[in-house]
Amino acid sequence: MKLDRRSFIKSAAAGSAIAAAGSIFPGISFADWKKQEGASGQLIWKKAPCRFCGTGCGVLVGVSGDRAVAVKGDPNCSVNKGLCCVKGFHVVQALYGKDRIRTAKVRKGNKMVEVPISEALDLIASKIQETISQTGKDSVAMYGSGQWTIPDGYVASKLFKGCLGTNNLEANARLCMASAVTGFMTSFGIDEPMGCYEDIEHADVFVTWGNNMAEMHPVLFSRMLASRKRKGNVTIIDLATRSTRSSQASDKSILFKPSTDLAVANAICYEIIRNDWVNWDFVNKHTTFHKGKTNIGYGTEDHFKFKDAPQGITFEEYKKFLEDYTPEKAERISGVSAMDIKYLASLYGDPTKKVTSFWCMGMNQHVRGTWINNLVYNIHLLTGKISTPGNSPFSLTGQPSACGTVREVGTLTHKLPHGVVMKEEHRKMAAEIWDVPLANIDPKPTYHTVEMFRALDRGDIRFMWIQVTNPMITMPNLNRYRKGALKDDRFIVVSDVYPTPTTDVADVILPAAMWIEQEGMYGNSERRTQHFEQIVPGPGETMSDTWQIIEVARRLGFEKQFPWSEDEYIEKIWEEYRRFHDSPKHNMAPYSLLKKRSGVQWPFVNGKETRWRFNAKYDPACKPGSDFDFYGKKDGKAWIWARPYEPAAESPDDEYNFWLNTGRVIEHWHTGSMTRRVPVLHRAMPESYVEINPEDAMNLGVVNGELVKIISRRGSVTMKASINGRGVPPRGMVFVPFFDESYKINEVTLDAFCPISKQPDYKKCAVRLEKV
Amino acid sequence: MPILSYLALPRDGAMDQLCADLSGMEYCEIIPADNQEVVVLVTDTPDDKSEKTLQETLKKIPSLQSLSMTFGHNAEE
Repeated sequence: MKLDRRSFIKSAAAGSAIAAAGSIFPGISFADWKKQEGASGQLIWKKAPCRFCGTGCGVLVGVSGDRAVAVKGDPNCSVNKGLCCVKGFHVVQALYGKDRIRTAKVRKGNKMVEVPISEALDLIASKIQETISQTGKDSVAMYGSGQWTIPDGYVASKLFKGCLGTNNLEANARLCMASAVTGFMTSFGIDEPMGCYEDIEHADVFVTWGNNMAEMHPVLFSRMLASRKRKGNVTIIDLATRSTRSSQASDKSILFKPSTDLAVANAICYEIIRNDWVNWDFVNKHTTFHKGKTNIGYGTEDHFKFKDAPQGITFEEYKKFLEDYTPEKAERISGVSAMDIKYLASLYGDPTKKVTSFWCMGMNQHVRGTWINNLVYNIHLLTGKISTPGNSPFSLTGQPSACGTVREVGTLTHKLPHGVVMKEEHRKMAAEIWDVPLANIDPKPTYHTVEMFRALDRGDIRFMWIQVTNPMITMPNLNRYRKGALKDDRFIVVSDVYPTPTTDVADVILPAAMWIEQEGMYGNSERRTQHFEQIVPGPGETMSDTWQIIEVARRLGFEKQFPWSEDEYIEKIWEEYRRFHDSPKHNMAPYSLLKKRSGVQWPFVNGKETRWRFNAKYDPACKPGSDFDFYGKKDGKAWIWARPYEPAAESPDDEYNFWLNTGRVIEHWHTGSMTRRVPVLHRAMPESYVEINPEDAMNLGVVNGELVKIISRRGSVTMKASINGRGVPPRGMVFVPFFDESYKINEVTLDAFCPISKQPDYKKCAVRLEKV
Repeated sequence: MPILSYLALPRDGAMDQLCADLSGMEYCEIIPADNQEVVVLVTDTPDDKSEKTLQETLKKIPSLQSLSMTFGHNAEE
């Protein structure tokens, strides 16, 4: 039976009356109603992870006929336990925007002309062949996403790295998670958090580092608030560069000057050592001390290269290094009072308190992103507050499969599904599983994301296929990269679900299936793999991104590597991919189990998920007889790093006298290409704005809603002022959400990046303001 | 095009009569409770005029003791 809107409202009306009756007459029963609802087949509920952020909330999608019509939180999913945020509750509406891309289009002259999808796929394959024959294999590239499903990323890696032989494969998670990866790799030798969301119920103290969780990870923030209400003795500290809704809900809000979190973290470590709050047993058994290069640059020039040179140091040398970061000295750098620094250190140093640190883009989109990740790990390592329930340094993610697809499958230029292209044993494993000659896999990484778009602008890359992402909104210093993409001899393919500024630069547009219109898996922030089946059909000629890649691969002659049928390809790809992780350190759950459960955490060993890694009580990969084993490092010891404070790439000066900070709002997800098509979300937050401190606004003569021009050395945007809105920056800073394509704030931002992770810094550049 | 729902309570001993009265009326659907003298009534009228007429008719049903609204929706389609 098909459920139309009117029937749905009548069903809701009856449900309301029955709920009211239940509260007035306890035990009342309406058996006929249940029979009607069940017999009519009006709604069938199926599980899926939410389409949006990296939290990985489980949702139940109500389906009537061929249409998804309702959503509720999945009570069987341990992530959200039946909760959803405002985006999650409306997620299915994102499928049904009026301007969905339903057919393939090809540029003919100045017009995009509809063509059968097979014709578009033929053209893509021939263009790849032509480009490689004319300008070499490293002139073709693919740019994917942390919204790729795991099979999407896996086949992309197999085609580009295994078959075509180029490492020109990157994903937008480089823009959001790369510093988290290099932070893990340099401190622990292995990627992804050691803890899990259960830490929230165990922790006594939460410190959020530059992380507005109330808007960006609202379900996890709700769990924190619920834990505080239930236990009564939980403390939440918001450590940030601007006041937000998270600040309002926290027990204490501490503001620091941009980039100076490095000094604050070092000062906390100084205090921990000065007060002898060090967990010496843990430190002596499980850590070593190191330093690396300093004054490492900002990557603003083309062809920028950097390689760190780690050196072992003694504890005494580390202690000496920290003398530059007494609380009083750090106060002068950061603006955080010495008293507040000592308070933070006392929370971390108190042996009776379990402490969890959360962070996301504030620490990762940072020209010293790897360093600040290292420094927060230092705090947890010095105090031994790690890898035990409630003691957790926890890097959150922003996209549903930044971990699952980009970090685990390895869709970055230097990565393979297991290991890196530079190591022969990792290339051998990939060549064997992929059934390609070893020589196909190039041992040299090519371009990270910013450099890849620079290469497109220079002409070193001529062909680029972009899937499930919108770089013509998200690239920093956007004007340069849009002009590059529009150059005459560039060929751009874009697979997406709605028109965006990125489809505007395309030569071919492929209609993509979205979320539950295909089968797939995501991997969330806590190492949880989440399967979803195809629940509804996609419109028109839409095709999954995985299948688009398979179709092109076959046209290029790689039938042997991509032999699967449409009925079984996701299962076959998953079982092939699992072979890369066949060890107690990373075993993945079998396909049959993923289909049944609302997510399964890896390492999945002997039928059990691993909640806390590196702790022998919970992690079977630890050496027998050990208590903790940081097995990513050869000696099983984590690294404590001496990393100094260094300033941002561009700071305010006399000409450009404000910091520009960018980010998100709760109603919209990323560039808004999906959430702005959900009417209730669009109405709630119809356009972007610039937050200005009230005193700065007064000096400019600007009131709420008046237009302000934000000007940097790279571009300008004019938009409405928001004064004393939901977020309030300190004096000398403005904040702009990036969800609105009408105001391309990344035309203003700077393409400086962390030299180790190559992740751009979207949080810090210099601008000036003009009242319009 | 209003859609409303109510909890309808019958006069003493008039549950069956109330169900018969309501289910026989145009624009009305009912879900009787199994174990209490309570009926869920859902009305779906095509326009405001029909809605007004229906409400007048409901008030005059002898078997009905009280009617409590639990849901209301009215939108142009």
